[in-house]
This record gives sequence, structure tokens and C-alpha cells, in this order.
Amino acid sequence: MNWEPASLSWLPEAPSDFRDRCRQVSGSGAGRALRELASHRLDGAHLHRLAGGLARVVAGGGSLDPLEPFRLGLLSNGTTEMLIPALAASALRHGLALEVVAAPFGQVAEEMLRPDSPLRGRELDAILLALDHHGLPLGEGLGEPETAERARTAALAPLALVRSVAQAPLIVQTLSLPPETLFGHLDRRIAGTARHFAEDFNRQVAALGDVVFDVAALAESVGTAAWHDPAPWHLARLSFSQRFLPLYAEHIARLLAALRGKSRRCLVLDLDNTLWGGVVGDDGLDGIVLGPGSPAGEAFVEIQRMALALRARGIVLAVCSKNDEAIAREVFRRHPEMLIKEEHIAVFQVNWDDKASNLVAIAGRLNLGIEALVLLDDNPAERERVRQALPTVAVPDLPDDPALFPRVLSAAGYFEAVTFSDDDRHRADRYGEDNHRVELRERLGDLDSYLASLAMRVEFFSFDPANRSRVTQLLNKTNQFNLTTRRHTEATLKAFEENPAAFTLAVRLSDRWGDHGLIGVVIALPSGEDWEIDTWLMSCRVLGRKVEERILAHVVQAARAHGIAGLIGIYRPTGRNALVAELYPRLGFSPLSDGRWRLDLRAEEAMGDTRHAGGADGEGQQAELAV
Amino acid sequence: MTDTLLARLTPIFRDIFDNDTLTLRPSMTAAEVDGWDSLANIRLFVAIEVALGIRFSAVEISGLANVGALVALIERKLAG
Repeated sequence: MNWEPASLSWLPEAPSDFRDRCRQVSGSGAGRALRELASHRLDGAHLHRLAGGLARVVAGGGSLDPLEPFRLGLLSNGTTEMLIPALAASALRHGLALEVVAAPFGQVAEEMLRPDSPLRGRELDAILLALDHHGLPLGEGLGEPETAERARTAALAPLALVRSVAQAPLIVQTLSLPPETLFGHLDRRIAGTARHFAEDFNRQVAALGDVVFDVAALAESVGTAAWHDPAPWHLARLSFSQRFLPLYAEHIARLLAALRGKSRRCLVLDLDNTLWGGVVGDDGLDGIVLGPGSPAGEAFVEIQRMALALRARGIVLAVCSKNDEAIAREVFRRHPEMLIKEEHIAVFQVNWDDKASNLVAIAGRLNLGIEALVLLDDNPAERERVRQALPTVAVPDLPDDPALFPRVLSAAGYFEAVTFSDDDRHRADRYGEDNHRVELRERLGDLDSYLASLAMRVEFFSFDPANRSRVTQLLNKTNQFNLTTRRHTEATLKAFEENPAAFTLAVRLSDRWGDHGLIGVVIALPSGEDWEIDTWLMSCRVLGRKVEERILAHVVQAARAHGIAGLIGIYRPTGRNALVAELYPRLGFSPLSDGRWRLDLRAEEAMGDTRHAGGADGEGQQAELAV
Repeated sequence: MTDTLLARLTPIFRDIFDNDTLTLRPSMTAAEVDGWDSLANIRLFVAIEVALGIRFSAVEISGLANVGALVALIERKLAG
């Protein structure tokens, strides 16, 4: 995915049947369904369609529960017919059922002076004053500071008028300028130029104490040359390029949500490849990428810097990671380049359980609703899983380049605020550090149907010269899911390849997110009538997906084809592989007196046990993973 | 070229006018399509601009007589 702010790229892509779903919204679940539809990467056509679905539910008198009603007054010097539906649809994303009361075209002052105007009434939750450069007296008093000053005061008159008669809180848009200059660089110094005027105007707007909608900053972020397209103004009095309408509407909607106290409160961080590069459980404390010396290491420092900056303004930090907790904490304690320390993290939820359950535990521990959480995680499969199980947790889509994570997180605007106080400054400290693991109350969602939705494909190969170097690499760096941690050399592997009595297996996994490559290795050697599993390891990137069950099924099938009586499993503890201490008993092996484990294949067969049946045999054979 | 372009434009039109059976013909005008008003027209042109990576001027947008003229205009832009 490329980074592209105008397309709301932090949101997941809209489903291909989006229009159908908009048509079908109805009944008691309408509010929730509308919100879920809104939580995608929507373009102008999508927003219009979704607003149509919303209008249909409203016209039918249906309930929008649990959405909160919000009435917004809108004053603009341009056409608002495009904005209003886009705004209503974008507000759904933030849990608001928005009703917009707009002044007639171009009638800001007239409307506010009308005593019975609905825009003056108490029943509005906020009023947005959206004036752009077409509606302001630019270019007066060139080189004459006093005349220019009067022009600016006159420009603020509608604002003063609205403030004096409106009872609802005001949201005031800042002024963005098209790129045309008068002198060029000199403009900023000369009173009466548009640049000079805009600087003054925006400073005044910020000083008034109303809620600021910083369109100047928004237009800069995408480029004022693109923002100020003359065509829509000339065609229909539309203030800016309508390809930015989804972005503009999203920013207003998040301000409304912030006014309602619905902004997010807690940033939950994944660890491997999110706070640092690499997998600490495999690469070790010294092997992870973090800090100066490499571009990737620098990028991860910037992510940490941003998290700490958010913490300093009151956002609580938590960690949710599939890792060994002791190994993960070591990084926070001992890695010299870690900016984030243990005391900055309010809750550590580091274990091998499902992330959705861990997020619920984090929210419970912090006494926050789960809709207060944002999860920053580089792994698309984890993100999808959390979105399915907990649709109200914000989970931004991230580009491949970690250097862009801070920008995407910022553009997503989860932590939008309309005030900042001393209380905010110290909030994160008050949550303190929590050294106790939160026990999970329940598993969330249906893991099996999630796994099925990943469309995983497992392929099995024998060792061969083509995969030998990757197998060697896995043997020598995998620490966590590794039953025996035997570090064979490439020469030894070659010997296994050439030994017909040795059973070798390289496992490849792909899913809807792409090809994970070789992720598993098994070596079994004859021991009497049995096979002894010399080596069994898996990359931790694919843990928790029941791939191990699929691998065992395949080994069982191969063993039976060779007339083998049983499989012998060995667990050799290394201090880093506690994860698999109970693997063999969990998979149905029985303990032997010497600490090893055995799966009796003949007994299983005699009893008609089909638990481990179904493994495809042979090289390069594929199997859809049935879970 | 024209047929390929019509095929690329069809899903955009169907999206904008929420009509899954809409079939484009060069002679088709806005009056023949349900919902093709001035605002839908702007949404349509934004969608085409984004999908094809081109830009239309106000004069171009307001001067088109029918779908065939639109296709010819896009062809010129993509060629040029």
C-alpha cells in the first residue's frame, strides 16, 4: 500500500459490494451497520451512497442506536450540497448520527441576523463557519498597513456576528490560499497581500478560543496547488478540489467527535517490526534493528519518539504482542536505543493469546471502553483479526515502510483534541506501570472462522539444494517454536537429503496477504520401528494459526506410508522455547518414562482415530487448511 | 480503444448512478440517465479523474454533449 492521505489510506479498503450493503441497511442493527460501512476507505461516490442509506433509515423512522445524534449548523460562502451528505456519512465513522442545518447559499450574515433562524437556536450542538478565500476581502490596502488591518477586521465581522448571536459552540475554519503570489517571496512581508492577510486572519482565528478547523494545514498536507482546483469553483461554487472531499469531511467529523469526547485515549503498540525491526525472540536483544546506524533502525526510533510525544499530551501507552513476556521486557530494560521504557507503558499484555482478547484485557485494566483503543501493528493478518472481532477498536492500515508509520498514525487523527490542559499533561503518568499480567476473561470471536477467512495454503517439500540455505537459516535462528533447537549445518542437511531413511520436511505457507515463504522444518530419523523427531520448528510469524496441527497430520501420514509404528517427540528446554513445552501432550502424544513423548500410530489406526489423518503426501503437494 | 474505454468507464458510471445495469452508448446524454444532475456530474468527473489519473477543466466538463464526446476527450488526454 502506498501512502496517500487524500484516500484515507489508514482505513481498510471498501468491500466490492459496498453499494449493495448500503441498500440493505435496515432494522435494529442499522446504526452499527452504518458505522461499520463508514469505517472503510471511502471516496466521494461511496460517501454519497452511504449517506443515501442513512437517509433511508432516517426517513423510515428506524433507530440509529448506538449512534449519538449531533446537529451541526453550517455557514459557508460556497455550495454545501456536496459537503452535507459526505459529512453525514463521515460522521458515522465516529459514531455520530449527524443532521446538518445549512444557511442558504452565500447568506452567512443574513441568516444570522434573522431572529428566527434555526442557526441561532439552542438545539444545535455546534456551528461550523466555513469561509474560504473567495468569501474574504483579499488584496485590499496593498502596502498600507492600516487599510489592510481594516480589511482584516471587516473579514472577521461575520465571525464576530455569529459569535454574538449563536448559542452553540463555534468551529471556525482557517484560511488556505491558492499558490498564486503577487510579488513572490516578498508577499509575506507586505501588508495587504493575500499571504499577509491569511497569516493575520489565521492567527486571529486561533486566538479567539473557538474550535479551530485548520483547513490551511489540511490543504498544505496535500499541496495547495492540488487543493485549490479552479474547476469546481467555476462550475458549482465548490471551494476546493472535490477529490479531497472525503478528507475534508473526515476532518470535520473527527472534530465533532472530539467535541463529544469520543477521541481515542490509548495507543496499543505491537513490538516486533513495529517498535523495532526484527523478531526479538529469534534475533535476540542484540539482533533487533533499532537506533542510528541503519535507515530502518532510525525509522523505528521515530515511531517510538511519536508514541512518547503522544504520551506527553495524555495518551496512554500499552503493549500487546505475541512474544515471551520476559524476553520482550528485556528489550525495554536493556536495549540502549530504546526510547520507550517500561515505566512509560501502562499495561504489558505480552503472551501467545489472541490479540483481540488481549485488547479487551488492556481496556479493562485501564478502565476504558475498547472504542478508546488504537492498535499499531505491522502485521496485516493481526489487524484483520482484531477488526473482525472488535470493530470499534481503531486499527490503521500501515504502509510497508515503517518510516511512514508516524505520518499515517497522525493523519488518521485518532487522538484529535479540542483542548489541552495540565490534567492531560500528567494523565499518562497516573496510569502508572502495571507489572501484573491481566488474566483473560474470555476468548473473543470465532478464531476458527477467522483462520478460514485467511485462506491459508500449506505446501510440503522434502529438503533439496534449492531450499537448503533457507532451511539452514531457520534452523539457526528460530528459538521460540523450536522443540530441540539443534543447529544443524548445511553439510549435515545435505547428508539428510541423501539419506533415504531420513524424513525431511520444509513447510511453506501462503494466505490472502501473500506468501510467507518457508516457515517450518521437520526432521525425523528412524529409531527402531519408530521415527524420532530430531527437529521441529516454525517461524513465530505464523504462530497461533494451527499450522502445527496440519504439519503433524502430514508427518503422521508419511510415517504410516513408511510402515512406521510411532512418532517419538522430544522437548529440550533452552530458556527461550517455553512456548512449545506442552506441544506434544497437546497434540495427543503420551509420556514415556524417560521424559520423551510418543504417538502410537498403530493404536490410533486400530481405534479408527482420524485426528491426524488427512495429510497430503508427496513433494510440493498443497492442502487447503481445514480448521 | 473506444470500447476499452467504455468498459473502463462503465463501473464508474454504475457506481455514481447506483445502477448495475447501466450500459454506456456514445449517443447517451445526461437526460437519459436517472440521477445525472449537476452534482452527480461533478462526482462523476472526480471519479474519472482519480481512476484515470487525468484532469478536466471547467470548460471541458461543461461543454460535453454526450458519452461519445466524453470518450473522445478522454482519449485525447490519454494520448497526449
